[in-house]
Amino acid sequence: MQPNLRPITRETTDVSSAPGDSNADLHRHQESVPLPHGNRADVRKLSFWYGKTQALKEVNLPVVDRKVTALIGPSGCGKSTLLRCFNRMHDLYPGNRYDGEIRLYPEDENLVAIDPGLVRLRIGMVFQKPNPFPKSIYANVAAGLEVRGIKKRSVLDERVERALRHAALWDEVKDRLNGSAYGLSGGQQQRLCIARALAPEPEMILFDEPTSALDPLATAKIEDLVQQLAGEVTILIVTHNMQQASRISDFTAFMLMGEMVEYGNTDQVFTAPEDPRTDQYITGRFG
Amino acid sequence: MEADATRVVASGVRFQRLVAANRRTDIMMASIGILVLMVASALLASVLVDLILTGWPRLINPDFYTNFPSRKPEQAGIISAMVGTALVMLVTAVVSVPLAVAAGIYLEEYAPKNWLSDIIDINVSNLAGVPSIIYGLLALGLFVYGFGLGETILTAGLVLALLILPVIIVATREAIRSIPRDLREAAYGLGADKWQTVSHYVLPAARPGILTGTIVGLARAIGEAAPVITIGALTFIAFLPPPPVQSTPPFVNFDWLTSPFTVMPIQLFNWVSRPQAEFHINAAATGVVLMVMTLAMNGLAIYIRYQLRKHQRS
Amino acid sequence: MSEISSAESELIGGATRQFLRRRAFWNRFAAYWLLAAALVSVLVTVGIVYVLVTESLPFFNQVSLVDFLTDTQWTPMFENARYGVMTLVSATLTVAGIALAVAIPAGLALAIYLSEYARPAVRESVKPLLELLEGVPTVVYGFFALLFVTPLLQTFIPGLAGFNMLAPGLVMGIMILPYTASVSEDAMRAVPMGLREAGYALGYSRFRVATRVVIPAALSGITAAFILGMSRAVGETMVVAIAAGQNPNFTFNPTEGAATITAYIVQMAMGDLPHGSLAYQSVFAAGFVLFLITLTFNLIGFFLRRRFREAY
Repeated sequence: MQPNLRPITRETTDVSSAPGDSNADLHRHQESVPLPHGNRADVRKLSFWYGKTQALKEVNLPVVDRKVTALIGPSGCGKSTLLRCFNRMHDLYPGNRYDGEIRLYPEDENLVAIDPGLVRLRIGMVFQKPNPFPKSIYANVAAGLEVRGIKKRSVLDERVERALRHAALWDEVKDRLNGSAYGLSGGQQQRLCIARALAPEPEMILFDEPTSALDPLATAKIEDLVQQLAGEVTILIVTHNMQQASRISDFTAFMLMGEMVEYGNTDQVFTAPEDPRTDQYITGRFG
Repeated sequence: MEADATRVVASGVRFQRLVAANRRTDIMMASIGILVLMVASALLASVLVDLILTGWPRLINPDFYTNFPSRKPEQAGIISAMVGTALVMLVTAVVSVPLAVAAGIYLEEYAPKNWLSDIIDINVSNLAGVPSIIYGLLALGLFVYGFGLGETILTAGLVLALLILPVIIVATREAIRSIPRDLREAAYGLGADKWQTVSHYVLPAARPGILTGTIVGLARAIGEAAPVITIGALTFIAFLPPPPVQSTPPFVNFDWLTSPFTVMPIQLFNWVSRPQAEFHINAAATGVVLMVMTLAMNGLAIYIRYQLRKHQRS
Repeated sequence: MSEISSAESELIGGATRQFLRRRAFWNRFAAYWLLAAALVSVLVTVGIVYVLVTESLPFFNQVSLVDFLTDTQWTPMFENARYGVMTLVSATLTVAGIALAVAIPAGLALAIYLSEYARPAVRESVKPLLELLEGVPTVVYGFFALLFVTPLLQTFIPGLAGFNMLAPGLVMGIMILPYTASVSEDAMRAVPMGLREAGYALGYSRFRVATRVVIPAALSGITAAFILGMSRAVGETMVVAIAAGQNPNFTFNPTEGAATITAYIVQMAMGDLPHGSLAYQSVFAAGFVLFLITLTFNLIGFFLRRRFREAY
């Protein structure tokens, strides 16, 4: 079987794997590729262990700059684990271990080998459940700026407004910026969390099933938002909802039991998947 | 057929008897529990009522609150004990809160899994069980004679601070532990480092829990007599320490730290130890004031915790 | 801002290098400072052991350890002073024994009631009541034991002395009751619901579930509660200093008065002890014994509780 992987990276380096190895195939195909955008990050043979349990097995994945890449797969397949490697959330808990690389461009640094604090300054995250701080709306959006030592009121005002407008929340909250974030509805809270992540202008934002706790209307708003943001910031999104992936992403990666099964253009993955397991999953035969 | 039916009925009867017997033991157990509760609350009430009835003549006399202790029981008052308690508590709070909160943060957020953390953990839980009078001996040997601090407000404040250290440490740890993982991850996810996360996000969220523990700890310190007696605090104090604030620059004055003093529980102990029943009236009145203070503080702590739980649930 | 070089103002993830350096400094500084604060608590223990050892060593140069442990007289203020610490220990254990005789059955009954029988609403309102009971100053309990409980008991027990060990023992039992009850209740509530359900599935009554399933499963936690309660009773000072008298007396008879270790320390501290005298050192020797007894109880309690927590 020939995994047809959409050519996307300018990276053509990894050819060292044995023939027949699907990961090697993945990179071999990339050689022939014109570059729509270039990559913001590139996961190479990344393995990850929670204590003794291996959760990721030599995963490869390109993340295209200023596009939406969706990670799909049944629960427990490792998609959230992979996402959380990108901002080193696993480092907060003892006993976790990485092996392999996530190259970050344009600096070409290995993200899993540098100071996690610096990684998190560059890559923002939006979580499964809206998790605003128990503070005012303004303080929530300004939090990421204060963490970076930005204290000047005029700068904060301007960037808080910009982030809230960006997150399509400004009109709803502009009159109650000093009200508690907990006074907002679930969907508004999640958009507030997106504004909070946007305010420091990160290079990439990770979304971990951002709509799983929301009703359909709020979900639609978040989906619109993700698509609008795509032109400006690189987005990696985990979703358990395949329709969502097909609606909002440019590229889709399908994972199963800690392995990367298939990666490609979203249209192609959903209409003509290469791997029979992908086909089974998207047609709803398991997961 | 008939025999079978009888057996079924018989087992049914036995079953009903068993159920009834179970019911009886259950009701009995519940009544014993309620009885213990009632005895305990009756005791609390009778302590308070006994004190109020005994101390009533002094309690309603305003002189009692403004007079110094005296050899004449009908003139004796608790002004020096109240001021002493307030100043000692000031030292205790200023010393214990920062130390205990910092230690609690360390144990909960920073401590790696190693022998040192284990020792600190065992140590804190042991300190919580060390009798208060042993703290008094520590203060007598080390603060009074070793460091030459004497029998002063500073010494008393320090020893009570050490005494309530474990109380506040444990409360801090519990408060920090109850903060959801979400909040921490949100802060780290924004790029905050550990200290930013702890100081900007974790600590403010843990504040009500820490406050509760601090109030409970201070309420305990207010009622403690043993360690303060052990350092040899005088019991007959007919003067007030120099005031901590003054009208001339530099406006604050630390002379009070080295002043002799007495505190409420010592005053009570002193009066109850006298053979004359007239002094027992003073002791009872002091007991009422002391109990009102500690009950109010504990009540406040319980109220804050209740509000916190209600808030967390919603 | 002008003195900052271009490298300094270059942004990393939206923050200047200068800021990140300062932030890293505070991050490390805070970690050390917090560790130092945690170590202060260790220092307190070190200080306690140091004071007790150094102040009581000279004492044991003059009084042999054998006499200290076997003599049944404690007369430090006499011409021919004798130091048999068992005199104080006997009173200490008698009072603590009475206290536990009250606190164990009552505490266990209360814990069973709260964890197995009481509705959540009842439990929620009882716990604060127990906390209030725990918050009553011990001098107040002392006053109550001497001037309320003793006269009351004297109407039933004619031979009861004005200073006796019975009244403070009973009052102390009530005093440690909230503690033993709430620690045992925590232990019992930590027993997984599945175990209880297994009991109910066998047709057990609540009482049988409590005695056959919950108590055995929570036994190490409950034992810890009573050992820690014992430690508190042994170390309690003001109740006995006020109501049990200050006369060293080798006896286990609760109707007599006798000085406990703690009462002795209070008594000596009240007088003006010359620093460095044998009597002064005897206070520390007695304190050392008290510390060792409570330390033993505390450590047993700690490890029992920890084992219990690990089990569930």
